[in-house]
Amino acid sequence: MARSTERQQAKPHLVEEWVGRIYTFLCILLLIVTIFSMVYFVASKGLSTFFVNKVNIADFFTGVKWSPDGVPPLFGALPFIFGSFSTSILAALIAAPMGICASLFMVEIAPKFGRKYLQPVIELLAGIPSVVYGFVGLSVIVPFFRNVFPGQGLGIAAGSVVLAVMILPTITTITTDALAALPSGLKEGSYALGSTRWQTIYRIVLPTTLPALLTGVVLGIARAFGEALAVQMVIGNAPHIPHSLFESTSTLTSAITLSMGNTAMGSAQNNALWTLALILLLMTFVFVFIVRWLERRSKI
Amino acid sequence: MQEIALSARNLSVHYGDKPAVKNISLDFASKEVTALIGPSGCGKSTFLRSLNRMNDLIPGAKITGQILIGDEDINNPATDVVSLRQRIGMVWQRPNPFHKSIYENIAFGPRYHGIKSKKKLDEIVEESLRKAALWDETKDRLHKSALALSGGQQQRLCIARSIAVKPDIILMDEPASALDPVSTAKIEELIAELKKDYSIIIVTHNMHQAARVSQKTAFFLNGEVVEYDQTVNMFSNPQKQETNDYISGRFG
Repeated sequence: MARSTERQQAKPHLVEEWVGRIYTFLCILLLIVTIFSMVYFVASKGLSTFFVNKVNIADFFTGVKWSPDGVPPLFGALPFIFGSFSTSILAALIAAPMGICASLFMVEIAPKFGRKYLQPVIELLAGIPSVVYGFVGLSVIVPFFRNVFPGQGLGIAAGSVVLAVMILPTITTITTDALAALPSGLKEGSYALGSTRWQTIYRIVLPTTLPALLTGVVLGIARAFGEALAVQMVIGNAPHIPHSLFESTSTLTSAITLSMGNTAMGSAQNNALWTLALILLLMTFVFVFIVRWLERRSKI
Repeated sequence: MQEIALSARNLSVHYGDKPAVKNISLDFASKEVTALIGPSGCGKSTFLRSLNRMNDLIPGAKITGQILIGDEDINNPATDVVSLRQRIGMVWQRPNPFHKSIYENIAFGPRYHGIKSKKKLDEIVEESLRKAALWDETKDRLHKSALALSGGQQQRLCIARSIAVKPDIILMDEPASALDPVSTAKIEELIAELKKDYSIIIVTHNMHQAARVSQKTAFFLNGEVVEYDQTVNMFSNPQKQETNDYISGRFG
């Protein structure tokens, strides 16, 4: 008798368990299906440039002329690939030292002031919409470059500066967390041997946290690589490889946003844009793998 | 008359308004091991950390009084803490080897004090590891990561690392409390060996350890020194009731 009442009590719990289990499983299933179908869609569209429209893969990646409407149509995506890599890497070169130094200041030099005032301000930067960055870049940075350097001011330099400001919060936030997570025993150990703060930072703090610092930089590059709007506003959008940093050029993202409304679904022009999207997607995977690899290295 | 390595004169440490160490005066004999014992929170670690100005790193810590090496007051703000810490080394409870090779861990300090010659550094590394009784275990893998060593080996590496800058005094903050009994025994042997060359001040929770390794013992309670005497006297014939209660295990 007693046993059967116990069973009756146990049942609702079992149902709860299963409802929870099925619900969470469905959520993750939906997520996985979405991701896979997106990758499949982009890949099938992007690859049909080569298999349906018979564009030569080598020509696509090494060609420097992009004129999908020309006769014959030319699909040389190298200028876009070059533009994307050069702007994001240049942006990281500008933003990484600044971000890491800002983190050092906040964690090692003025922790009280840094944590209370600087970090919220830097995190605020991350929340500004990219169109605002682009607009400021177009109204301030582009005219400045036009006045100081030969050219129209639009180009890789302007794009990199705008991107650098945009990725600064990403890099700073991640590197700050990395520095703060360093066991204090290591720093004390270094101080106790009579090293100065600078020696401790340079010889202990930075080398020990290096993988985590690089993670921040790579995530910054990934963000810069994927940013479309702000870059498109200041880069000029001419589809060729520029001769200087102040000459109009394009990136993968800006090429897509600029032409996607003007092509018919299924046309060679449209498929070529999907190929650019596929390159972006694959690069994102590469960045994620690099970050994973670095994270594994930072756990010692 | 015994030579004095270091003396504290009316030393007090406050964290904010809270006194952690109250007006302590102690003399530490040269080439001897002095143990600081007492229950948790009695101020013994805080006191120890003040001696090489490590408390400077803690925001809100205020240290008053004098710490004398000879006639020099090293608690004076004008003292160069960098060269001070070269003279007073420190070893912590948890081994904290740098994420570098064994060799680089030892060479770290000397290199920063201006020794560049590879030959000289090699000598220092070998000598320090030998003194820390770690040479035989590590001589074949000097350039391997220090993090691959066992906890006890890491702790001896940290001792070797502090010896490498040639200090006069070594502060040890519960150096064996995170180690197994065998490693602990090795550290204790090492301490006995090291006192020939260095003055050692060791904080310990383990009274048997204090009795085994030290010549003098100071018993701390609530930020004050209750009793300071030869270890032998202290453990066989404590003068104060609190000391007797603590070492006989009635509290702590």
